[in-house]
Amino acid sequence: MTLLDIKDLTVEFPTRRKIFRAVNHASLVVEPGQIHGLVGESGAGKSTIGAAVLGLLERPGHITAGVISFKGDQISGLDDEAMRKLRGRSISMIFQDPLTSLNPLFTVKEQLVETIQAHHDVSEGEATKRARDLIDRVGIPDPDTRLNQYPHQFSGGMRQRVVIALALCSDPDVIIADEPTTALDVAVQAQILDLIKELARERQVGVILVTHDMGVIAETTDLVTVMYDGEPVESGPTHEIMGNPQHPYTKSLIAAVPRPTLKLHRFPQISYGGRETRFAIEDLARNWPKTDNDMSKPLFQIEGITKRFLLRKGLLPWDREFFTAVDSVSFDIRPGEVFGVVGESGSGKSTVARMISGLYDVDEGRITFDGQVVSDLSDKAALNAYRQEIQMIFQDPYSSLNPRMRVDDIVAEPIRHHRLLEGNAIDKRVRELLDQVGLGAEAAVKYPHEFSGGQRQRISIARALATQPRFLICDEPTSALDVSIQAQILNILKDLQEHLGLTMLFISHDLPVVRQMCDRVAVMKGGKIAEIQQTDDLFANPQTEYARELLELMPKLDDLSTENLVAES
Amino acid sequence: MLAYIIRRVFQSVIVLLVVGLVAFSMFRFVGDPIDNMLGQERTQADIDRLRTELGLDKPFPVQYFKFLQGAVEGNFGVSYRQGRPVSTIIAERAPATLELAAVSGFLAITLGIALGVFTAIRRQGFAANAIMTVSLIGVSLPTFLIGILLIYIFSVELDLLPSFGRGETVKIGNWSTGFLTASGLKALILPAITLGLYQMTLIMRLVRSEMLEVLRADYVRFARARGLTDRVINFRHALKNTLVPVITVTGLQLGSIIAFAIITETVFQWPGVGLLFINAIQFVDIPVMAAYLMLISVMFVSINLIVDLLYYAIDPRLRIDGRTA
Repeated sequence: MTLLDIKDLTVEFPTRRKIFRAVNHASLVVEPGQIHGLVGESGAGKSTIGAAVLGLLERPGHITAGVISFKGDQISGLDDEAMRKLRGRSISMIFQDPLTSLNPLFTVKEQLVETIQAHHDVSEGEATKRARDLIDRVGIPDPDTRLNQYPHQFSGGMRQRVVIALALCSDPDVIIADEPTTALDVAVQAQILDLIKELARERQVGVILVTHDMGVIAETTDLVTVMYDGEPVESGPTHEIMGNPQHPYTKSLIAAVPRPTLKLHRFPQISYGGRETRFAIEDLARNWPKTDNDMSKPLFQIEGITKRFLLRKGLLPWDREFFTAVDSVSFDIRPGEVFGVVGESGSGKSTVARMISGLYDVDEGRITFDGQVVSDLSDKAALNAYRQEIQMIFQDPYSSLNPRMRVDDIVAEPIRHHRLLEGNAIDKRVRELLDQVGLGAEAAVKYPHEFSGGQRQRISIARALATQPRFLICDEPTSALDVSIQAQILNILKDLQEHLGLTMLFISHDLPVVRQMCDRVAVMKGGKIAEIQQTDDLFANPQTEYARELLELMPKLDDLSTENLVAES
Repeated sequence: MLAYIIRRVFQSVIVLLVVGLVAFSMFRFVGDPIDNMLGQERTQADIDRLRTELGLDKPFPVQYFKFLQGAVEGNFGVSYRQGRPVSTIIAERAPATLELAAVSGFLAITLGIALGVFTAIRRQGFAANAIMTVSLIGVSLPTFLIGILLIYIFSVELDLLPSFGRGETVKIGNWSTGFLTASGLKALILPAITLGLYQMTLIMRLVRSEMLEVLRADYVRFARARGLTDRVINFRHALKNTLVPVITVTGLQLGSIIAFAIITETVFQWPGVGLLFINAIQFVDIPVMAAYLMLISVMFVSINLIVDLLYYAIDPRLRIDGRTA
């Protein structure tokens, strides 16, 4: 019997100027024990479908057409109270970010017991027993202790398990999982996806899995619906869609996913919808100072750098406690190469980047840049000269641009700080840069909030290029972006390396991206370097157990059929 | 935890010492108490003798030190004007102020939180918008004006409530209370509203904006998706999270209720310590002023300490050491 049947659903958000149609005639069906994937890029309307099913659309959004039925009964258009009874009991939801979806002020037990009692007429003792069983079932070790802890005492992956336990409290028939693993590391992601798969089989729960990650879709779902701009463009069994996509958007979406297996010169871009933006590398290269990379010696020599953070303050030295984030890490970066650093969150990769850029002091060890020791520069002029040579691009394009500053001021700031140009020349340079990164000179007078995530990352790149540096530090530059935008940004970075001879430190947790971008890779674990290898060698033949595990765990597309797609596009 | 409290108490003592020092350095500018104390037929010899007797010929740090010496023994000196020990005078007057502050603080907190939650939940409703508009008046009108308006309406025009004083009081031990007589309670209404209105509107607006913020949080959306009732979501999940930042401001506001009682007490001729302080300033009654200022700072400091301890009670994230987090 069909659990959930969505027919011709249309959701609209009236705004002051026009009506925005978030979902346009979408239909999908969920059967017991089946995982139905909803995939698409941001703004495709996939989360809106989930919210519409639960009756949790943000105002003023509402369903304007279509019918949602649960076990044959229509549930769209029910009043609030009837909807509330349905929520949790019949249809439950798992949210994206486990760090924010649990109430920080209540213990796990309180939240579980409260939810169980909201749906079942049981005593508190019985509810506690069920809560314990659930915590045990979702694979949290030592359930008796864990039950009485608060959310902040759990790690991200464990919290997501608690969230799943909460969603299971009421024995729902359908679970809507909205990007359940996006905020998690690869290893944890694999565990959570396995848990969802197991639960779907075991309890015969129907799951709608909303994600932007084609790898997750390929590994987890039975059926998939591909959304583009509010409309489902293609739907069917996962292996068919992934193996033999019909719609051009599906084709380019699959092609745009970076491959771990085969290295391409450029990232295939999503051609559908005409969203490609030009990047004028030739113009940029014309005015760029010639760098002759002296290949005989490394540009960066990093020797045994260590960083400790104070965990507990204390007046007496032996009262203090430290956490060693980076533990005697050494590597060289050759001129003109892209050096990758991979590892799970907490492995210390961002800390290394911050130490190289001088944002963190180096507790032990030495960093040498172009023959000069830079880890303890006290001379202001020398420090400024060093900083002019290295620039950073950050992960989050939303928080790395000051929302109160105009784009031209943002890009001009490094030029003004280093006194590279004067007066009108600054303005001219800024406009050139913005034009070259594909935003157009008219972007100069706008504010960051007027741009999308990908466009903001272009602003960040323009800002990083403003001082004409020799070295770029890219700290997860695309992990907040959609695949199509990711491809554009990564191609820009590749161009910079090829045409301007820029050297890069590229930090990422995304192994396929690293494979495409980097010449050499360091794998970090617990603040130490597990291994350093040529990229191709690492993927073909990892030397350490940890690197092998990481490679095992990354979600893979079924590659046999997709290589022609890549060739096609 | 204990170490934390000890550290905070130690800090509080330093704050008190600094407040006292600043107060004593200011007293010289209030005027010369001798002028008021001796009659028209004073001679220079009388003035000098009294000045030496009171220790006013000494520099202010010495006077301050003397005051501290006495204060440690519980002796705050003798009022220049009334000729009685300051501690007795304050003990007589304190119940009036504390009762007034307690009632208006209670009103401010309960009504402020209730209305704040109401206006946040029914954000679009007519009643909520009406309350928000009216609350603007509470924030923007000065206290004395509200007091005078209330007196004009309820005492002069309607003749329902007394316009000054505490009414009849009953003595229980050393404490004189107005809670037990009808006239005492009636006399409390207008001053309590006057004193608490500003704090109430402030708390209300703060609770409302915090609550709106919390209602948008993921854990509230998740609670809704789990099918919890609105009542549980609003009053259990959202309210508790709302209170964390609200407590800080509320704590500070309670301190200022006692401190700003001066204005209300003057308008309503309320026989509390605020009125005592105003009169003391007119007569340059240094012992009374000093004792009052110290009393107010002790209250501020202890309220802040209680607020910080309340954080620990409400927010489990603070209870656990950084190590396990």
